[in-house]
Amino acid sequence: MGRASNGFRDKKVIAVLLDKIADKQDLLPARSRIMEVCGTHTMSIHRHGLKGLLEAAGVDMVSGPGCPVCITPNEFHEAALRLVTERENLVLATFGDMTRVPTRLGSLQAAVPARGSAVKIIYSPEESLALARQRRDAEVVFFGVGFETTIPSIAFTARTAEAEGLVNYSVLSALWVIPPPLKAILDSGEVRISGFLYPGHVSAIIGPAAYEFVARDYGFPGVIAGFEPGDILLGILALQDQIREGKPRVANEYTRVVRPDGNPVARALMAEVLEPKDACWRGLGVIPASGLKLRTKYSAFDAEVKHGLRIEPRASDLPGCRCGDVLRGLIGPPECPLFGRKCAPDSPYGPCMVSFEGACLVHHKYGARRP
Amino acid sequence: MCLGIPSKVIEVDEAFKTGRIDYLGTKVKTNFALLDDIKIGDWVIVHAGFAISRLDEADALETLDILREMADKA
Amino acid sequence: MTRISLELGGGGKSMRDFIAGKILPAFGNRELAGLLDASHLPGNLAFTTDSYVVDPIFFPGGDIGKLAVNGTVNDLVVSGAVPRFLSLGLILEEGLDAGDLDRILRSLAAAAARAGVRIVTGDTKVVKQGQGDKIYINTSGIGRVIAVPRPRSVRPGDAIILTGTLGEHSLAILTARGDFGIEAAVRSDCAPLTVLLPFWKKGVLWMRDITRGGLATILTELAAEAPHPLLIEEENIPLSKAVRAAADLLGIDPLYLACEGRAVMVVPAKKAEVVLAGIRKHPLGRRAAIIGRVEKTVGRPGELLLRTAAGGLRLLEPLTSELLPRIC
Repeated sequence: MGRASNGFRDKKVIAVLLDKIADKQDLLPARSRIMEVCGTHTMSIHRHGLKGLLEAAGVDMVSGPGCPVCITPNEFHEAALRLVTERENLVLATFGDMTRVPTRLGSLQAAVPARGSAVKIIYSPEESLALARQRRDAEVVFFGVGFETTIPSIAFTARTAEAEGLVNYSVLSALWVIPPPLKAILDSGEVRISGFLYPGHVSAIIGPAAYEFVARDYGFPGVIAGFEPGDILLGILALQDQIREGKPRVANEYTRVVRPDGNPVARALMAEVLEPKDACWRGLGVIPASGLKLRTKYSAFDAEVKHGLRIEPRASDLPGCRCGDVLRGLIGPPECPLFGRKCAPDSPYGPCMVSFEGACLVHHKYGARRP
Repeated sequence: MCLGIPSKVIEVDEAFKTGRIDYLGTKVKTNFALLDDIKIGDWVIVHAGFAISRLDEADALETLDILREMADKA
Repeated sequence: MTRISLELGGGGKSMRDFIAGKILPAFGNRELAGLLDASHLPGNLAFTTDSYVVDPIFFPGGDIGKLAVNGTVNDLVVSGAVPRFLSLGLILEEGLDAGDLDRILRSLAAAAARAGVRIVTGDTKVVKQGQGDKIYINTSGIGRVIAVPRPRSVRPGDAIILTGTLGEHSLAILTARGDFGIEAAVRSDCAPLTVLLPFWKKGVLWMRDITRGGLATILTELAAEAPHPLLIEEENIPLSKAVRAAADLLGIDPLYLACEGRAVMVVPAKKAEVVLAGIRKHPLGRRAAIIGRVEKTVGRPGELLLRTAAGGLRLLEPLTSELLPRIC
């Protein structure tokens, strides 16, 4: 099934799907404005050049808050920075794009670690556990950031560390839950979108029922879609149908991966290790029950507790930064006055320009061009 | 980040719920703790070194057929 | 900035700014200001230098010795010079295994013979354990200029030719380090590009070896100098299965992966097919392909565009920061 990916990227298939989308737009009273919630959707749309093609077909894609690097407040990074620059023999393990976020204290990437300390970029949370087992002489802190796709594996590391008594290991967690910010965006009444493209892999964990409230209480259409160009376009076609019929629901166009009840094993692990907390999202402010933290049983492996970190996000201290508006889908990146000027990939000012999936970086890098 | 890759399970260690998957001939160490009853030959979606969901091969092929048909008819 | 951080060697903008803002002003001369791979000097000479700090020092398809010769040889080739002589500076860390050093020396000698250069002068130092990562190598090279690259002379319709698959060196390093738990059947593409020298006389206007920053970064440098935009086709870019897989798994773009034995060049439209056929005759050039053209109707001067496999258009920018471990 290695050929599976090719079928979902086939040029002819893409062209046919785009024609169908254009045809369906003709039956609708206005252009469709669809929020892709997940940063990986944003990236895929731009990487394959779909944004310009969709615009030409009458569909405008708007990026949403599903970019964990974008919405994690700088106070987390600053805490991580202090750990690795002030403590000796401390290894801070984290994902690549976390290291590029600029803060008042600089970025992790540019940090000069204390003696014997280091920043280590990892691909899998498992690697942080391996590091701790290999380097008994060092303190390992895993700066784990993510949504529900990644959260189960981060929970796994805490549970494993606790079971193994890995005393030189702890997790600095910045864990974010997808449905609450959608509710916050809808409650704010500012949103100007026709429907939602739900994240395929978050949905594989939480299941389609998690979004029912969007259709039932707010009347917005939504479709769960995969990440190949074919998946995204099939998802948009399904959304157009819902818009035309005026019958909002949660449709699953990624049935090959997303089961009706998601992944219960993963959710059980999350519930065992983590509990909800109110969390402050960059650009969106405090959203009730929108974050997760380690339960008391795991305090010894909670870096905030173990290392006495006080992480208290302030209101954004980036004057002029409009990331919040971008994350809520109110403006597109080019409408931010700093875009491409003070804030560019080489010198990111706001988080949306830092993350690989940040709307602004993606827009700048992949620069939508009409073919 | 939702990056997840469809890959085939080629090795499973029952006790540790770990193993390896094959993606286009490249083999990657993977953790299966988030899924039950993983067997060699299963197709899974792998995210950051963890298998997060099964991939239904029949469903995938069916979707591909639909897409191919669309392209052929046009 | 009070202390040098690791990212200044990363190949991204902060490195470029560092060189332009801190290093160049200390010397201020015409040759350096060009920031070319090799400087052309009076007497038809080309002169270049490079240092090699790769970790690990042995990897599938090569080692630091092979890299140190080919990297410098290739800088000369792509600047239009026949490589003739190299200098060799060795900085050895106390405790380096003598057998490993033997292997590297043999590798240096073999690579030099294959590239047709002679190592004619050198220096050796040993530093205390912990003050050098096993072995650091510097090679400087002198060559005889046979052509001068002319990026400003490219015309719409001129072909952009890539001599082989992308990213295998980067992936070989990653797998050798055991990073990310990935096992791929891949060997570094480290090789001398001296086989391309005759093509300077067959019409090549511009040539670069694809090192740090990858194909996209290198081509943006051409786009910055060329009077017309450049357009490359995603479908035409040769990629091995292993690199395709690693790129998907890690979420990295193969267009930004470094190689150590691949070149990209611009050839006038009329001569493209002949040059391509000539390159393909060599084992190293088996997968050579025309990947794009200098453009007239799509894009604006200064731009490098990619037409995606799905049929869309993308603007390619230079790599902003290096995230992979030291690879050269």
